[in-house]
Amino acid sequence: MKNLKIIVLAKQVPDTRNVGKDAMKADGTVNRGALPAIFNPEDLNALEQALRIKEKYENVTITILTMGPGRAAEIIREAMYRGADGGYLLTDRKFAGSDTLATSYALSLAIKKIDYDIIIAGRQAIDGDTAQVGPQIAEKLSIPQITYAEEIFSVEKGEVTVKRRLERGIEVVKAKLPAMITVHSSAPECRPRHAKQYLKFKHARTTSEMQDASEDYMQLQKDRPYLFIKEISADDINVDVNWVGLSGSPTKVKKIENVVFTAKESKKLGSSVEEIDELMKELISNHTIG
Amino acid sequence: MNNVFVYCEFDEGKVADVSLELLTKGRTLANTLHCKLEAIVIGTSLDGIEKQVFPFGVDVLHIADDKNLYPYLTLPHFAIVKNIFEKEKPEIALFGATSIGRDLAPRIASALKSGLTADCTELIIGEHTENKTQTTYKNLLYQIRPAFGGNIIATIVNPETRPQIATVREGVMKQEKVSASYKGEIKKIDVSKLLTDADFIVKIIERHIEKSKINIKSAGIIVAGGYGVGSKESFKLLFDLAEILGGEVGASRAAVDSGFCEHERQIGQTGITVRPKLYIACGISGQIQHRAGMAESAMIIAVNNDPLAPINEIADYVINGDINEVIPQMIRSYKKNSK
Repeated sequence: MKNLKIIVLAKQVPDTRNVGKDAMKADGTVNRGALPAIFNPEDLNALEQALRIKEKYENVTITILTMGPGRAAEIIREAMYRGADGGYLLTDRKFAGSDTLATSYALSLAIKKIDYDIIIAGRQAIDGDTAQVGPQIAEKLSIPQITYAEEIFSVEKGEVTVKRRLERGIEVVKAKLPAMITVHSSAPECRPRHAKQYLKFKHARTTSEMQDASEDYMQLQKDRPYLFIKEISADDINVDVNWVGLSGSPTKVKKIENVVFTAKESKKLGSSVEEIDELMKELISNHTIG
Repeated sequence: MNNVFVYCEFDEGKVADVSLELLTKGRTLANTLHCKLEAIVIGTSLDGIEKQVFPFGVDVLHIADDKNLYPYLTLPHFAIVKNIFEKEKPEIALFGATSIGRDLAPRIASALKSGLTADCTELIIGEHTENKTQTTYKNLLYQIRPAFGGNIIATIVNPETRPQIATVREGVMKQEKVSASYKGEIKKIDVSKLLTDADFIVKIIERHIEKSKINIKSAGIIVAGGYGVGSKESFKLLFDLAEILGGEVGASRAAVDSGFCEHERQIGQTGITVRPKLYIACGISGQIQHRAGMAESAMIIAVNNDPLAPINEIADYVINGDINEVIPQMIRSYKKNSK
């Protein structure tokens, strides 16, 4: 088989399972600094699917692409430790506040620059749960999308066969490459770090991260070019600034409220036979049951 | 004013419940905006489909009927909806937050460079002033949705782009007919002109869809269990109680994730929203995501042994006890007293 180039889209997300009070800024965007940052869970499922393809076939390369602030390079390294070959960080202040449309616009331009046969991404990110960026990138690249993937069965003769997990069942589809695949959380979990990969990539750094590095570090990167994580800026991919960032996003956050449920005056009961008997009688007499 | 559009999902000869719920909401929005409600149905063997759709107050029904349009495939459905939207320029477009709607709506939004908000729990018409420009927009769609793992509720607007697109989960909106005799106009779409071979580049080679046997949404009584139920065996008690009361069994996400019961029974933000007349929450702590899916129940009974469980705050009755004792006792008391 000739070379097969896979791009895995991954996002560093605030861990919304551990939300504190300072999580939101006044303009309604997320204060990422106040939360622990993690590898978006379904993007790990996506990475695992890519790694399985790499195991099964020859000449497969996996490139991670992530968009975010400088510290998002952490998840590119994490993906490398688990078996990815390299990565790009799409980063620019101009992207701040982008909604899904602006994000998919920027990512699609970066993807065109990198080159690919298959793009694999998590179905959705836990900070927004929108599941929009995958299909929107597919539209911008004019390629088919296969959403809700649970298993990529094969990539042969320029075609990919994928099992999809739907609400009440499964579907197996076949598509010509190139294609965009988004992976569902029901897909297998990602393998852990591999010791050899960790040792190989632990000094991988972006240009920004190298700014304060010692001479030794500079030399190391020169000797081992795979340790260089390339940063892509808005200018590198000729982004039209009218289509990115807060102002380039069609959706605007008008208002943010904390969720408040109206508390009721509840009646407290024990579990004695009499108390439950009394309750059931009451429910029957007021026609709630029976 | 341009019109409100609803993309209707179609399966087994029927328009999906979620689509009928969207038509109901779409009618209300169209009334507020003094515009028409239009529906799109794409599938095969659609003769007579208007009888299911018009009673919800649909003024115009677009039908694309072709054997290649069922089951759903992204690209052909995308091509048809995009074509309609480019011609008709909807003010608002609504899709179900289903595996179809969440696949199709973003691709449409991208093609039309329009804003899209996923998983809305409420849609209302209102005014908006942009802080920066001080421009005021009248009659915008407020797209209200939980965000950030359900910890906050965000109101999103699309001031400049049209259509304003939103997806809504099944069961979140109510379903209500306007009148059995409501009549609209039918517009048949000439599919052959719109589709090319390239739209069929993805092929379905296998499909196993189970018919939904469980109908939690329309159940008047729901006995729901959480992680605190403890095991699949104890969960059987909930089925016993539900059966005798003529209700259905629901579950929290934690119970589903632990394998106590099937995913179809999941209630809450990532499951179904329910509003039964009686909700018996057994061993459910009541995280915000779960409460969002059941807080509107007419009466809530919480059974658990945690006095601090958040579910207790919204319950009418809190029974402090072990569900393995309380539920069998409820069954015995019901049998004894109902005759």
